[in-house]
This record gives sequence, C-alpha cells and structure tokens, in this order.
Amino acid sequence: MAVDRFPIEASHILMFARAVGDDNQIYYDADYAAGTEPGSVIAPPTFAQSSAQFDPDYFLRPKPGQDWFGSGKEPTGVQKKEESGGGGGGGGGGGLHAEQHFVYHRHLKPGDVLSAETKPGKTWEKQSKRAGKLMFSESVTEYRDQNGELVITATGVGVRTERPVDQ
Amino acid sequence: MALKASEIKIGDTYSECLVEDLKRTQIVQYAGASGDYNPLHTDEIFTTKMAGYPTVFAHGMLTMGMTGGMLTNYVGDGRLTKYGVRFTNQVWPGDTLNSTATVESLDGDVVRLVVETKNQDGATVLSGYAEARVDD
Repeated sequence: MAVDRFPIEASHILMFARAVGDDNQIYYDADYAAGTEPGSVIAPPTFAQSSAQFDPDYFLRPKPGQDWFGSGKEPTGVQKKEESGGGGGGGGGGGLHAEQHFVYHRHLKPGDVLSAETKPGKTWEKQSKRAGKLMFSESVTEYRDQNGELVITATGVGVRTERPVDQ
Repeated sequence: MALKASEIKIGDTYSECLVEDLKRTQIVQYAGASGDYNPLHTDEIFTTKMAGYPTVFAHGMLTMGMTGGMLTNYVGDGRLTKYGVRFTNQVWPGDTLNSTATVESLDGDVVRLVVETKNQDGATVLSGYAEARVDD
C-alpha cells in the first residue's frame, strides 16, 4: 500500500470516533479541544488505519465497474474460490487481522496531510487446532506529515487460515 | 487529565465496559469510517454462505479502537506513545466487551500497561500493551 495524500479532516475524525463508540469531546469540539493539553482536535489512537480511504487501489472497497466479492444476486460477485475467503486485515497478506502495533511520534490533528509507505515484513507459519495451517505476514507502514516528519509507525500482521476458524 | 507518576503504582488497574450487546450497525459504522468494507464484517449472506462463519463479525480494528478509548480515558488525551495488540478471538454481534489496563512498569515519565479486552464469556478477544507519558 502506498498512499500519496491522506488529509486529516475533522469530519472524518468525528465519524471515526463515533464508530468506535468514543464520545470524548476532543474528537469533535474544537472549542473544547483548544483548552486541553493537545490544544486542538486530535485523532483517536487507531485513526491511521482509515488511510485505506485514500488508497486508490485498496482491495477491500468496491469500485465502479469492477467485480466485488461480496453478495448481490449471488452470495459472491466473483467466481474464483480463492478470493472468496475474504481478504483484508492489516497485515497486507490478506485473511484475518492477527496483530496491530502503533508507535506514536506525535498525534494527528485536522490540517495534517500525511503520506504512507508500506513495506513487507516477516512471514511465518503455525499450525492451529481451530483453523489448520496459519500463514502470517507482517507489514510496516510509515506515516509522514507534510514536513516529511515521521508521525506514526504502524505494524500489522495478517493471517491466512487454511479453513474458517472453529467456533 | 493525564496520569501522575506519583499517584500510580505497579499493579494498578483501570477498567471500562466498551460495549454492551454490540450491534451490526456499529460494525457498519466502522466499515464506513475506516474504509475497510470487507464483506466478512457486514454481508451476512457472503459471510455465512461463502466464508463459512455463523454470522458477520467485527473488524479487529473496531475492538482495538474501542479499547483505545478506554486507554485514552485512563492516560489522558495525546499521551499514548505506543499501543499494540493481538486479536485472539473474534468479536460477534451481541457481544459485551470489558477492557482492563494494568500498570506493568513505570520508568521515569513512561508508564507501561498490559491491556486485555474480554467478552461476556470471559474469553480474551484482544491482548496487548500500551505506553504513555505521565506527569511527575
């Protein structure tokens, strides 16, 4: 994943905070936020994940004129079985999201314009009783601000399972 | 309000209920805000018929995001320096989640926390750590 331009916007922060059920005023009330230690609205700790919105090729967003593996008339819009297990996760390797780590060099605020570069990390395998062979893959994303300063380092681990996880 | 080093000790805990009876609509909200539209989270037909799960389930990042709210309520806004988790069990619609941060160590002005979020059956759905700057 490479995101050239990830503008940090107040309304996006508000929507994200609502989605994670966080009603902290610092995420939507600029007047309140001005009187806090950060001094302005900031983004919640996991907000950088929403850079997917600004990745033109993000594969977990339906795009006009392209097949989508979710249901419509049929349970899936694509025929290839290997694509139907669901992709995603933050690990860049598809499957499920196994781990996520953030290092905050500073916190994001509206007006910041980030760019993000993702590099593949380690890969490893493990056998599990509940899902068969597990294939893990790590990816490391560096988010830089409009001045080129590193603001967040995000490490995701995705896991592809041999079969759906037993419940 | 940020934490003060002089007022915390190793083993201190802080807990919050993150959500009671998680609704599918909240999972939809998270898909919309985050941009992760994986049908496994919102598309019941795909998830049951194609992926083989009993119903849709929450994004791991929704659980991490909700747990992050507990953390910032504890350590204060803009104080986190590190936050990392493993997703150890799936979170389903109807789940009730409780999350706890436990002070593991205090080194100068940095507190390290062990973070754990459990569902209504006591199963751990997220386990991890956080570090935050504290006041003197």
